[in-house]
Amino acid sequence: MKFLTITWHNIRRSPYQAMAAVLVMMLTFLAVSFFTFLLTGSSKIINYFESKPQVTAFFRNEVKQTNINALESGLKDTGKVASIKFVSKQEALKIYKEQNKNDPLLLDLVTADILPASLEISTIKIEDLASISEMLKASSEISEVIYQKDIVSTLVSWTSALRKIGIGLIVVLSLISIFIVVTIIGIKISQKKEDIEIMRLIGATNWYIRWPFIFEGAIYGTVGAVIGFSLALLILWYATPFLSTFLRGIPVLPVNPVFLLGVLGAELILAVIFGAFSSFVAVLRYLR
Amino acid sequence: MIKLDKVSKKFATGVLALSDITLAIDKKEFVFLIGPTGSGKTTIFRLLTREMLPTEGTIIVNDWDVVKLPNHKVSHLRKKIGVVFQDLKLLLDRTIFENVSLPLEVAGVKPEEVKKKVEEVLVKVGMLDHKDKFPIQLSGGELQRTAIARALTLSPEILLADEPTGNLDMATSWDIVNLLSDINERGTTVVMATHNIDIVKKLAKRVIRLEKGRLMRDDKGLPDDSPHAQGGKAGKKEDHSSLKASDDVKPMTDKSEGQRKTEEKK
Ligand SMILES: Nc1ncnc2c1ncn2[C@@H]1O[C@H](COP(=O)(O)OP(=O)(O)OP(=O)(O)O)[C@@H](O)[C@H]1O
Ligand SMILES: [Mg+2]
Repeated sequence: MKFLTITWHNIRRSPYQAMAAVLVMMLTFLAVSFFTFLLTGSSKIINYFESKPQVTAFFRNEVKQTNINALESGLKDTGKVASIKFVSKQEALKIYKEQNKNDPLLLDLVTADILPASLEISTIKIEDLASISEMLKASSEISEVIYQKDIVSTLVSWTSALRKIGIGLIVVLSLISIFIVVTIIGIKISQKKEDIEIMRLIGATNWYIRWPFIFEGAIYGTVGAVIGFSLALLILWYATPFLSTFLRGIPVLPVNPVFLLGVLGAELILAVIFGAFSSFVAVLRYLR
Repeated sequence: MIKLDKVSKKFATGVLALSDITLAIDKKEFVFLIGPTGSGKTTIFRLLTREMLPTEGTIIVNDWDVVKLPNHKVSHLRKKIGVVFQDLKLLLDRTIFENVSLPLEVAGVKPEEVKKKVEEVLVKVGMLDHKDKFPIQLSGGELQRTAIARALTLSPEILLADEPTGNLDMATSWDIVNLLSDINERGTTVVMATHNIDIVKKLAKRVIRLEKGRLMRDDKGLPDDSPHAQGGKAGKKEDHSSLKASDDVKPMTDKSEGQRKTEEKK
């Protein structure tokens, strides 16, 4: 506890350095939290689509009910189909209205004519989706087939790109924060060189002198992580209404608080290791 | 117990600060270390606390072989030796109380005990009233006392005082010397480096004299008839007579120093 008092003293003596260290740590952990949320979210979305062996086929506008019935029975005859659901233009409008009931502007723009009727087909086995979707694409009544596998693979490639960007960004930010904390602690050590020498002559052990600096780095990391995480959480909270209309039906939001706590915990551990490591490097470098 | 055996110290600059010093100081002794400036007094202290290593020779402090002491044990050695540094080495951004408590904190003593112990030594050196002041708010003599207090907090077995009376008037100097001999009487080995020949002469203690890094004299000071430590003013009055008496008894090295001292005073 005494070390913490010394550390607190050291931090208060140079608030601008402390601020710089905390800010860069905050930026790093903002990126960590942000990409954690993003990547967890997209992997959940991918899981959702993967777990649902479903194809949606949209009909052309002028399609006749008899053609629709013919297509339906043709699909059933393959024996691969688990269920078929027809969504008429009116039903599509109803669903649309339900989903956008808070947005009168959007409601006014849309009529049943614009919305296509569609078939939602799920198969018994995921592997059969491919042949069913081929069959639908071949039909002249169908304008577009949305096939989960396409969505999934697009999502997967987006996610892996995001992951690469995220990891790259986090690595760069981490290196910057390590360098900054090393430099700041180094400056502090040089400023206190005489005092440190005196302490040694009085009988202080190396670790007695090192601990306050190591705590200092750990505190910068911790405070930075808490602020960065809170900021990311704020962004998430702010974006939730928008995201939930966007992701309707997909069980991603609201985010499970246990998951959030877990992320915070992991980040705190990481932050302490990070800060302490940086100041330990400084201590080894400047305090022989 | 302090033992130096054929100790030499040559600095990187080529200065031979100590050459072939052999001496032993017993437990509970009071020793003056004298000699002109640059003669190697501070260097001996710095060797004893392992602030640096000798070029040659062995150094024993208590049971520690100082030269061979592994680095991680150096802090143990330093906790057993109280040092009043020539330049005091007080921390300017800490109060007197904090400065004096530093050795205790470094040694991991509990806060309640720290307070008790620090106040005890501050009373001993007469600095309790100043405990919340910062070093820049105090006079030279008060700072010397602070430095002494800090050297005493851990109740060291050995006290090395490097010119603890430098730049002080006679009365204050005597206060400090009396304090040191008091501490010595309670069982602490005291080695005091000083230029103050009056004090050395009046306090008939062992004198080790260095000159240009060589041991020139090592003996029990003066006959016991010279007045002992006794408040500054009384000592000052008898200054002259005792100086003369000593000049008769002591070898020439001392004489020259004594004369230099009286000349400075005029
Ligand atoms: N770090 C150093 N590097 C080089 N030479 C040094 C160093 N420290 C001391 N010296 C030299 O060693 C010699 C002895 O110095 P020391 O400080 O021991 O003298 P001293 O007897 O304490 O003098 P004073 O009475 O003025 O305090 C001097 O010539 C000094 O210049
Ligand atoms: Mg000296």
